[in-house]
Amino acid sequence: MKSTFQLRYWNHINGWLLVLPAVFMIGLFTHYPIGANIFHSLFSMGTVTRPEVFTGLENYRYLMDDDIFWKVLKNNLVYSMCTVPASISIALGMALLINRNIKGRSLVRMSFFTPTVLPMIAVANIWLFFYTPEYGLFDQVFAFFGGDSHNWLGNPNSALYCLIVMVIWKEAGFFMVFYLAALQQLSPELKEAGLVEGSGGWYYFRRVTFPLLMPTTLFVMVNAVINSFKLVDHLIIMTKGGPDNASSLLLYYIYENAFSFWDTSYAATLTVVLVFILAIITIIQFTVVEKRIHYR
Amino acid sequence: MSIISLKNIYKSWGDTEVLKNINFECEDGELLVLLGPSGCGKSTTLRLIAGLEIPTSGIVEIGGKDVSDLPPVKRHISMVFQNYALFPHLNVAENIIFGLKARKIPKKEQKKRLENAADLLGLTDFLDRKPSQLSGGQRQRVALGRSIVAQVSVCLMDEPLSNLDAKLRQEMRQEIRSLQQRLKMTMVYVTHDQVEAMTIADRIILINGGVIEQHGTPEELYNYPATAFTGSFIGNPPMNILTPDTQLLQACPSILLPSVDFTAPYLLGIRPEDIEISSDSGMECLVELTEYLGADTLIVCKVEKHSITLTVKGRVAVSAGDQLRINWKVEKIHLFDAANGQRIEHLKGATP
Ligand SMILES: Nc1ncnc2c1ncn2[C@@H]1O[C@H](COP(=O)(O)OP(=O)(O)OP(=O)(O)O)[C@@H](O)[C@H]1O
Ligand SMILES: [Mg+2]
Repeated sequence: MKSTFQLRYWNHINGWLLVLPAVFMIGLFTHYPIGANIFHSLFSMGTVTRPEVFTGLENYRYLMDDDIFWKVLKNNLVYSMCTVPASISIALGMALLINRNIKGRSLVRMSFFTPTVLPMIAVANIWLFFYTPEYGLFDQVFAFFGGDSHNWLGNPNSALYCLIVMVIWKEAGFFMVFYLAALQQLSPELKEAGLVEGSGGWYYFRRVTFPLLMPTTLFVMVNAVINSFKLVDHLIIMTKGGPDNASSLLLYYIYENAFSFWDTSYAATLTVVLVFILAIITIIQFTVVEKRIHYR
Repeated sequence: MSIISLKNIYKSWGDTEVLKNINFECEDGELLVLLGPSGCGKSTTLRLIAGLEIPTSGIVEIGGKDVSDLPPVKRHISMVFQNYALFPHLNVAENIIFGLKARKIPKKEQKKRLENAADLLGLTDFLDRKPSQLSGGQRQRVALGRSIVAQVSVCLMDEPLSNLDAKLRQEMRQEIRSLQQRLKMTMVYVTHDQVEAMTIADRIILINGGVIEQHGTPEELYNYPATAFTGSFIGNPPMNILTPDTQLLQACPSILLPSVDFTAPYLLGIRPEDIEISSDSGMECLVELTEYLGADTLIVCKVEKHSITLTVKGRVAVSAGDQLRINWKVEKIHLFDAANGQRIEHLKGATP
């Protein structure tokens, strides 16, 4: 017979063995890169002739004075502030619409979902055509109503917003699926109780449906925010961050520094900032917001 | 005055006709039970009254007004659902006054009604809890509370006790009944449990396969079943329904049988509790099975290929394989037409 001490000991070993594969993977692909990245950001850029040297916070000082960094950061904030709420509310609206018993439901559902299954590169190419001056869809529509031709993507004032519209179009369908799944989990009895109690429409949505969807909203929100910082494929196709960095985003700026200018140290520095921003947002979402969510 | 009345109601989904020509009235302050086997259309009938379903044809009247085209809110009803339909994210108080807020009843009035209902239902200490922190019986009370504060004339209940255990079910049944009488509510109550129906109802509507078999008081349904189905559905253990063939007619002394011409097809109904064991007269039969139930004993015996169940008080010394003589009073026999199951009066001067 094993003593209780031995049993507890085995329990611990067992537990660690079970989580070991996960710990290993996360360590290798998440924690080590973050650490290595922070370390790397403390060095100057190395070249063939000049080895990199430790410069401490020199890269961060440079970053504070880098106008492009601030511009790109501001762009990314505008981009997130627009795409996240818009795609979430459109997704919720579409899910509510489809969740009803309307005719041609599966057709509507499919058309809402199609943008999601397309690769970002394909979507970017389609929208590139939409935005083409004179021949593009938007200009043709404007021309029909007697409008002028616009260089949508070439204008620093509109380039970022063009990307925003496209991303909302692509993301909403994906988030809709989560909302739809959550809506179908809600008991129809609740809806009927609502109807009998005198609240069919807006009141019921505000007091019951929306609060019960909060866990889904949190999940979708986290994903939307992270996506808004990590998806930049379309930039490469559509604007390359231009004109004059008017549509550049933080990750694209990192990519440029790392693989166009080969300044990996500065790219590492920017990456540290990005990780820091994402960590803060995630912590806020999972602490402040979660407290106000009812989990069943 | 009848407060609810259904006139010529038909309801079908696609090709399946679920309700066929339903007609009934429910009086003010009465507890009406819709009873029937699973799938017979009880819930559908209730939901038609609530306005959650629309009849294929026919008219629903509430309070003397045709409400067929009105949504549930405008019908002045409240409803208690089988799974209570409590909002999981709202506490007990918010759940109870949910409808009052939706209808913009003044705050002071809301508070008054809430306190009143919580008091009646013994929920005062639980008002801050979420439904998930309540027991089944307490959840049931919250659902009842929602009905009470609505202060509407009609309360509809769909199998409200089916999720509770047997003991609690009995307690809640009595509680609902006394509440209904105290508040003079009109209640339509759906159940498939005939014991529940018999104990709680002022009147019962027995539905089978989408048609009304019988509408009457529990006593009427028990004593004067209008059809063979009613006879076998009401009462526990169920009524014996016998097909009188030549073997049975030979075995059975004619004094035990109604004086009708048995060449026509009939069904004989006799309740287990109306049969007694006799030492000298009656019909010979073979005991097949006995079950001791405490207060009484249930005996199943065979006459040729007919099986007859009887209950006798206390414990009796018979066991499987014994020969037994059974006897009953002829006026206890219920006679039905075998063709359509309808009751036929075979005694002179008997009126249902
Ligand atoms: N939405 C629907 N679509 C199609 N058929 C339905 C629908 N609702 C009910 N039915 C059918 O109508 C019949 C009656 O249903 P109902 O729910 O009224 O039965 P019930 O008497 O309440 O039974 P139970 O005791 O099992 O609750 C059933 O045969 C059922 O299959
Ligand atoms: Mg039912």
